Amino acid sequence: MATYSINDFRVGLKVMLDGDPCNIVENELVKPGKGQAFNRVKLRNLKTGRVWDRTFRGSENLEGADVTDLDMDFLYTDGEFWHFMDPITFEQHQADKAAVGDAAKWLSEQDRCVITLYNGAPLAVNPPNHVELEVVETDPGLKGDTAQGGTKPATLSTGAVVKVPLFMNQGDVVRVDTRTGEYLGRASKD
Amino acid sequence: MTDWQPSAPLEQLRQRARLYRQVRGFFAEREVLEIEAPVMGAATVTDPFIDSVTAQCGGRPYYLQTSPEFALKRLLAAGAGAIYSLGKVFRDGERGRKHNPEFTLLEWYRPGWDDRQLMREVEALVLSVLPGLTVTYLSYRQWFERHLGLDPHLASAGQLAALARERINIEAGEEDRDFWLDLLVTHELEGTLGPGLTFVYDYPASQAALARLDTDAQGQTVARRFEAFIGSMELANGYWELTNAPEQRRRFEADLARRRALGLALYPMDEKLLAALDAGLPESAGVALGMDRLLMCLTGARSIAEVLAFDIDRL
Repeated sequence: MATYSINDFRVGLKVMLDGDPCNIVENELVKPGKGQAFNRVKLRNLKTGRVWDRTFRGSENLEGADVTDLDMDFLYTDGEFWHFMDPITFEQHQADKAAVGDAAKWLSEQDRCVITLYNGAPLAVNPPNHVELEVVETDPGLKGDTAQGGTKPATLSTGAVVKVPLFMNQGDVVRVDTRTGEYLGRASKD
Repeated sequence: MTDWQPSAPLEQLRQRARLYRQVRGFFAEREVLEIEAPVMGAATVTDPFIDSVTAQCGGRPYYLQTSPEFALKRLLAAGAGAIYSLGKVFRDGERGRKHNPEFTLLEWYRPGWDDRQLMREVEALVLSVLPGLTVTYLSYRQWFERHLGLDPHLASAGQLAALARERINIEAGEEDRDFWLDLLVTHELEGTLGPGLTFVYDYPASQAALARLDTDAQGQTVARRFEAFIGSMELANGYWELTNAPEQRRRFEADLARRRALGLALYPMDEKLLAALDAGLPESAGVALGMDRLLMCLTGARSIAEVLAFDIDRL
């Protein structure tokens, strides 16, 4: 992989730091007119998701990380691995529990996900921002309470639990934002 | 698609033209003469942390000026009196939200003045274009004492390093005091400045650059150098100028030794400047002010690209 000096740093660059692949999420040159130049960088560790600040100076170099993001369709899970397919090359990849992480509770077959490959193997799975899932378990709905009021927990077909309005029933399909876990609305059943 | 369009909205460019008219009016009224300094030079600055852009002309290398300082000082020595220059300067490798390798510097010199008087004139100029800013004067020592609880002139490299490592995530080994001071200023202190105009003065002697050394009220040797900030953004750097030629030569040599140790390009010393100093530079104070940054403050631009017709990415 290429080596990058701090002048090459830009948002989105993937580099190796302390042995882990990282994504640069912020990069700012700070330099007193007469003084030493520093780059204040915010990095996301692509393995752990942790974001942290680090300052680099003029002479430092970092190794590039072999990381690419690809769109892939979720096929199925066998309990141990989650299987995905590249819709263009039909190449299949299996992601383990660590790579799938929280995405697991949102995935249903055919969902188009963004898979981050590190050295050719899935490192992280990003589910679609919005998914539509069926309510499989919740307290019975309250008639007439369609306008406002409280919420109640509902278990969805993938196992995720989200807060839904009181009028929702088992068998209803809900639209959920996977980034926040928030209920967005009722979706029409097909 | 070829990205041919300007990086600045056209209104910003009109604002820039208005600002230049105001600045030229300010100096015309005060009888400071505008000088057009050459952009190319046979020699350049030796500062360890400023890199020059080189150009080829007539088969030999020239350096694009990083500031018009040396040309203006030669004019001062020739008896030009109070002078200013408003023009392009170039610094290699400096690009970011507040940096573009090519930018506009307003630099001026006041024979017979010291840094204290010049700070007042910087204040008057900035307030003439940004009326109503609060103005604060703060010594470099006060800045450190208030926010970090130590005296930057007396603290050891070890003490500064311990403090910096506690607060800043950086890989660094044995570094000199100035490294830690710069790190603390940029990471911890600039952010403490209020939204107005702040002058920080009496810099550490080790950061004198081209300023003269003096003894402050506490008996500490300090550099008669100041910086002006608007909010936390550095705007200007000024000196009560060093006029002593042998001392200037020693500083150039020390800079070059530092550059050599850091593995940086070595530039020729400006012998013509040294000869001018030798012939006699009048006692004077000088300051350089970043016009693009002033314009950013004036227009609320978030990045320097927003005030440039074409930033480095659009050349």
